[in-house]
Amino acid sequence: MANTSDTILTVENMSVEFPTLSGVTTAVRDVSFTVGREKIGIIGESGSGKSTTGRAIMRLQPPQAIVKANRMQFEDIDLLTASEEEMRSIRGRRIAMILQDPKYSLNPVMTVGEQISETVILHERATSQEARSRTLAMLERVNIRDPERVFDLYPHEVSGGMGQRIMISMMLIAQPSLIIADEPTSALDVTVRQQVLSILDDLVVERNIGLIFISHDLNLVRSFCDRVIIMYAGRVVETIAAADLDQAQHPYTRGLLNALPSLDHPKDRLEVLRRDPAWLEN
Amino acid sequence: MSMIKAHHLAASYGHGDTALKVVKDVSFEVQKGETFGLVGESGCGKSTILGALAGRNKQWTGSIEIDGETIGQKRTRAQLAKQQLVFQDPFGSIHPRHTIGRTLLEPLEIHGKDRRQERIEKVLTDVGLPLNFRYRYPHQLSGGQRQRVAIARALILEPKILLLDEPTSALDVSIQAEILNLLKDLRQREQLTYILVSHDLAVVAHLCDRVAMMQSGGFVEIATRQQLLENTVEHAYTRILMDGSRGYVSERRNNKGEALPV
Repeated sequence: MANTSDTILTVENMSVEFPTLSGVTTAVRDVSFTVGREKIGIIGESGSGKSTTGRAIMRLQPPQAIVKANRMQFEDIDLLTASEEEMRSIRGRRIAMILQDPKYSLNPVMTVGEQISETVILHERATSQEARSRTLAMLERVNIRDPERVFDLYPHEVSGGMGQRIMISMMLIAQPSLIIADEPTSALDVTVRQQVLSILDDLVVERNIGLIFISHDLNLVRSFCDRVIIMYAGRVVETIAAADLDQAQHPYTRGLLNALPSLDHPKDRLEVLRRDPAWLEN
Repeated sequence: MSMIKAHHLAASYGHGDTALKVVKDVSFEVQKGETFGLVGESGCGKSTILGALAGRNKQWTGSIEIDGETIGQKRTRAQLAKQQLVFQDPFGSIHPRHTIGRTLLEPLEIHGKDRRQERIEKVLTDVGLPLNFRYRYPHQLSGGQRQRVAIARALILEPKILLLDEPTSALDVSIQAEILNLLKDLRQREQLTYILVSHDLAVVAHLCDRVAMMQSGGFVEIATRQQLLENTVEHAYTRILMDGSRGYVSERRNNKGEALPV
C-alpha cells in the first residue's frame, strides 16, 4: 500500500449528548481518533457508544442528539459545518455504512438490483442501462455466482450471507473512501462470516480505502483489523495495534481479554471484569 | 450411569408432503454430571434436538431414555420437570409484565409444589441475585441478571438436566464470563447434567466434556474437550468451525503476501 499514512478522517474531542427528562446523557465523551487507509476496529460492550460514534460521523444521529467536537474533518469536508445538502452527497457516495442485519436494512419491496443501482443513479446520474451493468459487475465482484438472477430477487429471497454481500456491493458501487461497518457479521454463521470478511478485506485493500469496523468480538477484531480502539462508557480507553492487543495496558482491555474463553489458553474459571469507577474519570 | 440416552433420534416439522425432517437419525449418550455440546450452523437441528429432549417438540421417532426411564410421546409432570430449558435471549423468554417472583412462581404452580416462597428465595440465592429482585420487572434488570433469572426459573423445579440453548450469545463478553462461571458452579453443586447448544467453540470447549458437530441434521463428529484444545479434531467441517471461533483468517496472509485472483 503506497499511502497508508494519509488521513481520511480526523475526529477531535467529539461528544454526543442526548437531552432527556432527567438531564443530559452523554453517550460519547471526548473521543478522538484518526482513520487512514487502514482497517480500524472499534470494540466495546453494548452501550459503550461505539455505534453512536459511527453514526455521528455520518451525521445520522437522532434529531434530538447534540454532537460537539473540536474538529471533524473528512478529506476536504468539515463535517461540523457541512450543510445537510452537502451531507447527502457524502453519505453513500464518499462515506458508506454497512449495518448488522441485511434483513432489516434492505428495502423489502424493491429488488436487490434496483436498490444497488439506485446509489449510482442518484449520486452519479448514471443511465439505468449503465447502472445495471455496473450493478451486475459489482454483484459478481462480491462472489455472487449468478448476478443476472440475483438482480431480480427481493431481499426475503436471499440468504443472510448473500444479503450481507449485497449490502457490501451497494456500499462499494459508488466508490466511497471510507466505510463504516457496524457489526457487519454478527448475524451470520461462522462459515459465511469468513467469506463476507474476506470480500470486505479484499475490497478495502484493492481500493486503498479506510474501514471503521465496529464490533464486540475481540477475536474477530484482533485478527481482522490493523488498529483497535477500545471504548468504555462513551470514552476511548485505549488505542492499540491489533497485533499488540495481548499487551494492552488498560485494566478494562485486560479484563475483557481475560474474560474470554479461549481454545488456545484454556482456564478453569473465567476472570470476571471488575469495573473501576476511576475509568469514568479523565 | 447415563443420564440421557438417545437412540436413532429423528425429528421433523410439518405433516404429509410438506414434512421437513430436521434431525436425521442421531444417537448419543450423556453421563450423569457430564456436559455435552451441540455445535453447528443455523438450521442444522441443534435446538430441535433440545426441543425433543425437553418435550417441546413431539414429532420425533427413535428412543429417548432419561435417568433410566424410557420416554414416550406423552410425559408425566415429573418426567417433564426432570429437564429444563434456558433460552438465548433472556428478554424474549421472560414475561415482560410479570415480576420476577411471579415468573418463578409459575412452574411451581403448574407442578403443584409446596413451600413456594422458600423455594423462590433459595433459587434466587443459588443464582446470585438479591432476594428483593423478586419484586422487580424484567426491564429493571440488566442482560446478565435476566439470564440469571432464566436459569433460576429452570432450576426451581430441581431438574437433573439443564438444556442450554445459546445461553450466552446475547451477552457481552464480561457478562458471558459471569454466566459461564455460574453454570460451572451450579453443575458441581447441584450435580447437574448439561446439554449446551452454541456456535462458539471456545465457549463449548470451556464448559463441555464432549461435543457433537452437526451439519444438516446429523452428527459429523463427536470430539472430546481434549481433542478441541489439542486441535486434533478429524472432520474438515469441525476445523472450519474452529478457525471461525479464533477470528478471521486472511487468505491473503496465508498465501504469504500473494494477492488473490480478482
